[in-house]
Amino acid sequence: MYTAADLRKGLKLEIDGYPYIVTEFQFAKPGKGQALYRTKMRNMVNGNMLERTFRSNDKFEKADLEERPMQYLYSQGDDFIFMDTQNYEQMTIARDHLGENTSYMTDNMEVQVLLFRGAPIGVTLPITVTLRVIKADPWAKGDTSGSDSKPVTVETGYELQVPPFVDEGELIQIDTRTGEYMTRVKG
Amino acid sequence: MKPQRLSVLRQRAALIQAARSFFIGQGFLEVETPIRIPAPAPEAHIEPEPSGLWFLQTSPELCMKRLLAAGCDKIFQVCKCFRRNERGDRHLPELTMLEWYRAGADYRALMADCEALLLALCPGGRLRGADGQRLDLAPPWPRLTVSQAFARHASLSLDQALAEGRFEEVMAFEIEPFLGRATPLFLCDYPASQASLARLDPDCPQVAQRFEFYLDGLELANGFSELVDAVEQRRRFVEERERIVALGRPPGPLPEPFLADLERMPPAAGIALGLDRLVMLFTGSRNIDQVVAFTPESL
Repeated sequence: MYTAADLRKGLKLEIDGYPYIVTEFQFAKPGKGQALYRTKMRNMVNGNMLERTFRSNDKFEKADLEERPMQYLYSQGDDFIFMDTQNYEQMTIARDHLGENTSYMTDNMEVQVLLFRGAPIGVTLPITVTLRVIKADPWAKGDTSGSDSKPVTVETGYELQVPPFVDEGELIQIDTRTGEYMTRVKG
Repeated sequence: MKPQRLSVLRQRAALIQAARSFFIGQGFLEVETPIRIPAPAPEAHIEPEPSGLWFLQTSPELCMKRLLAAGCDKIFQVCKCFRRNERGDRHLPELTMLEWYRAGADYRALMADCEALLLALCPGGRLRGADGQRLDLAPPWPRLTVSQAFARHASLSLDQALAEGRFEEVMAFEIEPFLGRATPLFLCDYPASQASLARLDPDCPQVAQRFEFYLDGLELANGFSELVDAVEQRRRFVEERERIVALGRPPGPLPEPFLADLERMPPAAGIALGLDRLVMLFTGSRNIDQVVAFTPESL
């Protein structure tokens, strides 16, 4: 159980059956009046923002969240199958909960799965992933267009801009936070 | 230590020194009263820090008023005050207070003190606000009643806000950020329900003789003509204790020696000014953490 005095940026709490993370927090106490805790929170399931002002006597539940290491096994339509690397149990996560992560996930990748009351609500990938380029236009020598990047497609189907020297079949590192090319990997 | 940080600590020390010189120059006596006390004034929204069976002071108010009752006429103090669970960009649970009292005066004398003090601390009369705007400290500073402030800045009237229990919320988020953005401002004529230890205006008992001094959206000081009616003071304390119990906190004992001394306290006015916030203002710091040597989290 939390009280308003516990509020701070990053605190995770449960409101109306949803887990929320506090993204902005302001403490105010005008004159000799009561303390006010103004917060902005993000619903960790659907991403909706909530603005709420609490008073010192307000209490709320800690969000029942747990992060577990899992391995991504394979996908079947919109279902993505993971295996808990500690108890070997399998878990299915719908595409909706994975968002852009599906652009970077390859079979057997180790990820962190966030569970709310035991049900998966999100996945945290490693900050960098290495993916193979499966489609790239060859670099036309003597190209005078001056462009310093070209589009390629990687094994997950994700398209991104890379420097012109990256060829089909090569491995590249991608930052999963931004989706941007980082470097070429000698494979 | 980073030069910026050291520079803020130097300015802090110089400001406190200058404030002391100002009051001593005005004939005030600097006093020290105990920080650890058996019974702070019961206030629903100020939670004292227990210290053994006693408490750390939330303000030096009661002891300083007892000194007035004992015959002191102009006194000031720079001291630490402690308030539980107050932590934010402008709040520290351990804060530095500058508090002063004048016997035989009312709140208007304190307003003049504020004007003179700020000019003594800033002889040029100009400061930069948090957004880089110019703050002109030349007196006299404008006065705005609480009711006018609601009419000017808020989405609802003072009476509506009081009726809906939203006084503080509207004050904190709709009004305060806009107070004193070009010159200091006195917010005055607080509704009687917000009187605290202030005297009600004899000509207009719906309002208290209480004011707050704002500069650049910062609440800097709270001053008032002191209530010297011991019976009325006891009634307010008892009422306040009921609120404390309703909030689920132990009520603590009543400050009986203070109530006894109040019988002989002369008419007086007193004010508490948050020194940490004053340093914020003079150093252009947006966060109170920037103006203290240590925050509680860093200990």
